[in-house]
Amino acid sequence: MSTPTHEYHPDSTGSKIGMWLFLFTELLLFGGMFLLYAVYRLKNPADFHYASLNLDTKTGAINTAILLTSSLTMVLSIGMLERRHRKASLWFLIITIGFGVWFLVNKYLEWSHKIHHGIYPGSEELTGRTAGENLFYSLYFLMTGLHGIHVVAGMVVLGVMVWMIGKPHHRVLPVTALPVDAQAHAVSVTVEYSEDAKLDQQKLIRLENAGLYWHLVDVIWIFLFPLFYLIS
Amino acid sequence: MNAEKHPPVSLGTYLMVWLALLALTALTIAVASMHFGAWSVLAAIVIATIKGTLVLLYFMHLRYEDRMFRIMLLLALFTLAVIMLLTFVDVLLR
Amino acid sequence: MTTTKPSYLENQSHRKGLASWIFSTDHKRIGVLYLISILIFFSVGVLIGVVMRLKMLWPGTHLYSAAAYNAFFTVHGVIQIFLFIIPGIPAAFGNFILPLQIGAKDVAFPRLNLLSWWVYVIGALLALTALFSGNGPPDTGWSFYVPYSLRTNTNVTLAVFAAFILGFSSILTGLNFITTIHRMRCPGMSWFRMPLFTWSLYATAWIQILATPILAVTLIMVMAERILNLGLFDPGRGGDPLLYQHLFWIYSHPAVYIMILPAMGVVSDVIPAFCRKNIYGYKAIAFSSLAIAFVGYLVWAHHMFTSGMSNTARMVFSLLTFLVAIPSGVKVFNWIATMYKASIKIEPPMLFAMTFLFLFAIGGLTGLLNGALATDVNVHETYYVVGHFHYTMFGGTGMGFFAALLYWFPKMTGKMYNKRTIVVAWAHIFVGFNLLYFTMMIMGWLGMPRRYYSYPPQYHTYHVVATVGSWILATGVFMFLGAFLVALKKGTKVAANPWDATTLEWKTASPPPTENFQTIPTVTGGPYEFKDGHPA
Repeated sequence: MSTPTHEYHPDSTGSKIGMWLFLFTELLLFGGMFLLYAVYRLKNPADFHYASLNLDTKTGAINTAILLTSSLTMVLSIGMLERRHRKASLWFLIITIGFGVWFLVNKYLEWSHKIHHGIYPGSEELTGRTAGENLFYSLYFLMTGLHGIHVVAGMVVLGVMVWMIGKPHHRVLPVTALPVDAQAHAVSVTVEYSEDAKLDQQKLIRLENAGLYWHLVDVIWIFLFPLFYLIS
Repeated sequence: MNAEKHPPVSLGTYLMVWLALLALTALTIAVASMHFGAWSVLAAIVIATIKGTLVLLYFMHLRYEDRMFRIMLLLALFTLAVIMLLTFVDVLLR
Repeated sequence: MTTTKPSYLENQSHRKGLASWIFSTDHKRIGVLYLISILIFFSVGVLIGVVMRLKMLWPGTHLYSAAAYNAFFTVHGVIQIFLFIIPGIPAAFGNFILPLQIGAKDVAFPRLNLLSWWVYVIGALLALTALFSGNGPPDTGWSFYVPYSLRTNTNVTLAVFAAFILGFSSILTGLNFITTIHRMRCPGMSWFRMPLFTWSLYATAWIQILATPILAVTLIMVMAERILNLGLFDPGRGGDPLLYQHLFWIYSHPAVYIMILPAMGVVSDVIPAFCRKNIYGYKAIAFSSLAIAFVGYLVWAHHMFTSGMSNTARMVFSLLTFLVAIPSGVKVFNWIATMYKASIKIEPPMLFAMTFLFLFAIGGLTGLLNGALATDVNVHETYYVVGHFHYTMFGGTGMGFFAALLYWFPKMTGKMYNKRTIVVAWAHIFVGFNLLYFTMMIMGWLGMPRRYYSYPPQYHTYHVVATVGSWILATGVFMFLGAFLVALKKGTKVAANPWDATTLEWKTASPPPTENFQTIPTVTGGPYEFKDGHPA
C-alpha cells in the first residue's frame, strides 16, 4: 500500500452495505433474464408447459432442498463463529460447500441427460422444435447455467473463508517479553489481544458477507425451480 | 461509529425457518400438480416469494438489521418491478 | 509545531516509480490514474470524430469505404460513452474529491477502488483489441442492435465483452461511493451539509448499481447468442428483437443520467464559489438529483418510438419523458437564481459552468422534440438526434468535465494553468461546437439520416460547415488539454485555496497530504456559507 497504514477499524456496517449493494446488482442481473422469461412465457404458454414436462421435477426438488439446507448450514456456521466455536463453524462451512458440490453434480447429470438427447443450445433437434420450446430450453440453459456459475463462485468464496477461519491467529508471547519490576519479580500483566479481537471481528464480518452471497444464490434458485420445473 | 451488535439469532429460529422452507417447497410441488391453469403461475410465484422473503429476513438477517437495509432492498426490487411493468405495457398491448 | 505531512504526490510506499502509482490504494492517486486514462481515450474519440467528419465533406465514396465509416462511428460511440463519459467525472474527480469533500481519509473500500481502475484498463485494452484484431472493429453502432449484431462477422463478441467488463468498473465505483457517503462523513457533516457535488455522486452511484447489471445481462445474451446460437432474439425461432432494444435501453437511458448528474454536481459547486454566495435552493437541487435518478428509469423506450412497440407504450413513455425534464429544470432555475444579483467572478471554471448552462439548455430543449411522440417520428435516426445528444453529452457533461478539471486542477497539483490560453481555447470550443452541432440539428430537421456514409447534394453545404466546425472544436479541445500539460511543468504555484471557495476540499493543502487532512475536520455549517464575499 502506498499510504501509511491507517489504523484498522473494522466497519461491519459499511462492509455489509457494500455486500448488499453487490447483491442488488445480482438481483437486477437475474431480474433481466426473468423479464425475458416472463415475456416469452406469456407468448408461448402451451410450448413452455410442454417443454417443462421434460425436466425432471424430482431432481429439481432435491436440488431445491439441497440449496435450502446449505443455507441453513451457512447460518449455523456463522452462528457458531459468533459463539466462538471456531471448529464447529468450520465444519458447517465445509458441509455447505459439500452441498454445493452435490447441487452441481445433479446439475451436471441433468444437463448431460439433455445433451445426450440432442437438446442443447443451437442443436438441430432443438431448432427443429417449435419456437416456444426452443425459447424455453434456451432460457433454461442460459439461466441455470449462469446460476451454476454463481454457485461455483460462491463455493470459491466459501473455500477462501475456510482458509481464513481455519488458520489460527493467536500469538504466543515470548518469555522475555514479560515485564518485571525493579526486583525482577514478574509483574502481573493484562495482555490485550486488541489486534486479535479486531481480526476476529473481521473474520465474522467476512463470513457474514460470504453467507449473504450464498443465500442470494439460494434465493435465485427458489424462483428458478418453480418457473422451469413446475409449470407442467 | 461501528455496528450496533445485536445478540446472535437463536439456532432454533434458523431450524424453524428451514423446516418452513422445506414445507413450502413441498406445497409448491403439490399445488403445481393440481392443474389450476393460469392460477398455477401465480401460486408458484407467491409461494416462491414467501420462501425468498423468509431467507431474506432470517437467514440474511434483514429482520434484525437497521431499517436502512430493508429500504435499500425495496428500492432495488421496486426498480426491477417498474422495469418489468413498463416492458409489459409494450409487450402485452402490441 | 507539527511538521506538515508530505503531499500524496510524494511517494510514501515501499514501491518505486510507476508501481507506486498503479498499485496505490490512495483515492487521490487512483483519481489521477483515471483522469489520465480517461483523457487519453477522450482524445482518441475526438480524433475519430474528426476522421468521420472529414469523409462527410463530400458525398459519395471518398477517403475510405462505407464499411470503414460504420466501424468509425461504432468505435467513436463505444470509446466516448464507455471509456470517457460514463466513468468520466465520478471516476476521475469523484475519486479524488469525494473523501476530501466529506472530511474522510479515503473511500470505504480502497482496494476495490484500485480494482475498479484495473478493470477499467482491462476493459479498455479489450476494446482496443477488438479494434485491431480478427475481422476488425464492430460496425453495428455502439448500440449493437440485433439482428445485425448477431450476424456480422466483425469483432462484436470481443467489443461487447469489453463493455461488459467496463460495467464492473462502474459498479465498483458506485458501490464504493454509496458506502463512503453513508459511513464516512466527518463529525458535523449531516446529509444536508454535504456539497451538492457529493449529492450528485450519491444519486449517480445508485444508478450505477441498479442499471448497469441490465447492461451486463443484455451483453451476456448477445455473446451467448453469437456463440451458442440460442435464438432468443431471432424472430424465426420465436424471439423478439424488440426485447433486445428494451433491455439495451433500460440500461442506456439511465446511463445518460450517470453521465449528466455528476456534471450538474460540478456546476452546483462551481457556481456558488464564483458568485460568492450561497446556492439558491440547496435542498431542491439535492432532491432533484434523486428525482432525476428515479424518473430516469421510467423513460427508456423513447429511444424506440419507431421500432414497432405498442401504441400505448409509445404514449406512456412519451408522457413519462416529459416528467424527467422537470427536475432538470429545477436545477437550471436554481443555478440562475444563484447568479442573480451576485458578484460574479468569471474565472475559467465559471466560464465553462456558464457554457454548460447554455449548451445543456439547448440540449434539453431539443430533447423535448425528441420526447414528443409526434415530432420524434420525424427526427428519429436523423442528425437532429445526433445534435441533441452531443449538446447534452458534450455540451453538458463534456463542459462539466472541463469545468471540474479547471476547478480542481490546482487542488490536485498545487499549480495554476495559463488562464488566457484557456479562454482562447474556450472561444474555439464554443464556436466550433455550435458550428458543428447546431448545423447537425438543422440538417436532421431537413431529413439527413444519421450513420449514413453519403447524402444527396442538398445537404452538402451543411456538412461542410459542420466539418469546419469540427476542426475548430478539435483545435480548441487540444489547446485546452495542452494548457494543462504545460501547467504541470511550468504552472505557477498556488496556495491551498486559490478560488477562496468554501467546501472542505479547499481547507487542506494543494496538493493534499496523503491522509487528506492534518486533523479530521468538524463541520458546523452548510457547504456554501459566505460572509462578505469570503468563506464564513
